[in-house]
Amino acid sequence: MREDAVRGSRRDVLGVVLAGLSGVAMFAALGMVFLYAPREATMGDVQRIFYFHVASAWIGFFAFFVTCLAGIGYLVQGERRWDVLALSSVEMGLTFTTMTLLTGALWARPVWGTYWTWEPRLTISLVQWLIYVAYRMLRAAIEAPERRARFAAVYGIVAFVTVPLSWFAIRWWRTIHPDILMGGEGMAITPRMVHTLVVSLVAFTLLYATLLRLRMQLECAVDALARLQARVESLRDQLTSRPPD
Amino acid sequence: MTALHVSRFTLHVSHVCGRVQHNQGDLLNFLRTVWAVVAKDITAELRTREMISAMLVFSVLVLLVFSFALDLQGTVARAAAPGVLWATVAFAGTLGLGRSLAREHQTGCIDGLLLAPVDRSAIFLGKALGNLAFIVVVEGVLLPLFSALFDVPLLRPAVLLVAALGTVGYAVVGTLLAAIAINTRAREVMLPVLLIPLAIPALIAAVRATGVLVDGGVLAEVGGWIRLLVVYDLVMVAVSMLTFDFVVEE
Repeated sequence: MREDAVRGSRRDVLGVVLAGLSGVAMFAALGMVFLYAPREATMGDVQRIFYFHVASAWIGFFAFFVTCLAGIGYLVQGERRWDVLALSSVEMGLTFTTMTLLTGALWARPVWGTYWTWEPRLTISLVQWLIYVAYRMLRAAIEAPERRARFAAVYGIVAFVTVPLSWFAIRWWRTIHPDILMGGEGMAITPRMVHTLVVSLVAFTLLYATLLRLRMQLECAVDALARLQARVESLRDQLTSRPPD
Repeated sequence: MTALHVSRFTLHVSHVCGRVQHNQGDLLNFLRTVWAVVAKDITAELRTREMISAMLVFSVLVLLVFSFALDLQGTVARAAAPGVLWATVAFAGTLGLGRSLAREHQTGCIDGLLLAPVDRSAIFLGKALGNLAFIVVVEGVLLPLFSALFDVPLLRPAVLLVAALGTVGYAVVGTLLAAIAINTRAREVMLPVLLIPLAIPALIAAVRATGVLVDGGVLAEVGGWIRLLVVYDLVMVAVSMLTFDFVVEE
């Protein structure tokens, strides 16, 4: 599978289909966000960022869930492909969580008058982001591939089980001391808004799948390159160590 | 290969989960192993006193820094007390946790422990309980000192309960992550980066519950936070015991 992924990348039907689908879905979502969804009454056009904000937050969470499952898969089977999946999914999750934080800040500025509020959902995104930055740092700090995969799997599992607990803690923390900025934040959701949100969610999920696949292929290519380099090395050693005639 | 891995994993899981149902002799042996590891750590600490003294001095220094940074007097002290207290415990805790595992590695003791024909989750529990004991000792000094310095009533049974629950989860997951961090290139630097974001739920719950109690609240008012701490502790103990084997597999 790994070799195929590298060699067959020129005629990668599934990859092309996925990329095409996510491209179409993204354009559809963009069109709906600007042309189909109604203008929100109190917040105005800036509310349109909501559709991509929520979609990227969903992918952030989902990607880390995939990493947790891949970690379990790795600990059970000990196969490299689970580690590739876990690593690729974390990077996608980090990308989309970064987007969540940025779009959240852009939304908060005109609506709440500040780029950042310690609002529960923003805060939990920040905590998640920090957890998985730590995950990347952990991987970068271990050289042995097998140990790196094992430790990362353990951390991915332990980290993910704390996410729901953090979520509860941060929500309660904020509801006990309600933020005045949050007063009257409630948004009237119309059916058109729901349709747009659903299309955005589908588009982002497809985009995630496309990027995840590409990232995994890249990692497999890195592995293949390392194997080839090792083979070249051993061949060169054989040539140079041959006794002179 | 795969089947072997699966069976190894299920065996491991069922072993860890079903330990309590084993006969009494097994459980006693398990507890004896746990105690042996705890006793070893306490003896080593009593001889050198390097960890506890470093943690204590460091936590007093953190208090000092906070008192300058926030000008901790009167009502400010009372409002900031829970946060300052728990930040101090968390920082001093990472210091101790890192040291505890680093000492095992420097002396090669961890290799001896892992070679011993005993259950590895017993070794893990022993290390975690030892670390818990050290953090509790530091808290035992810190709480009265804090009450006296900033005139905040912390020596109440309800606060002590919150402190105990908050510390258990922190020590357990901290022990697991310290065992990971010690095997990385960055070593001690890695532990706080890994541990603090995972300790967020426990930190928030402990700070909030302590805050309510310091303001004269009763235990019933912080029931939600106590439950959150209990769930955090249980989840962390379970996940750490299930995954520790994989951390020390070499």
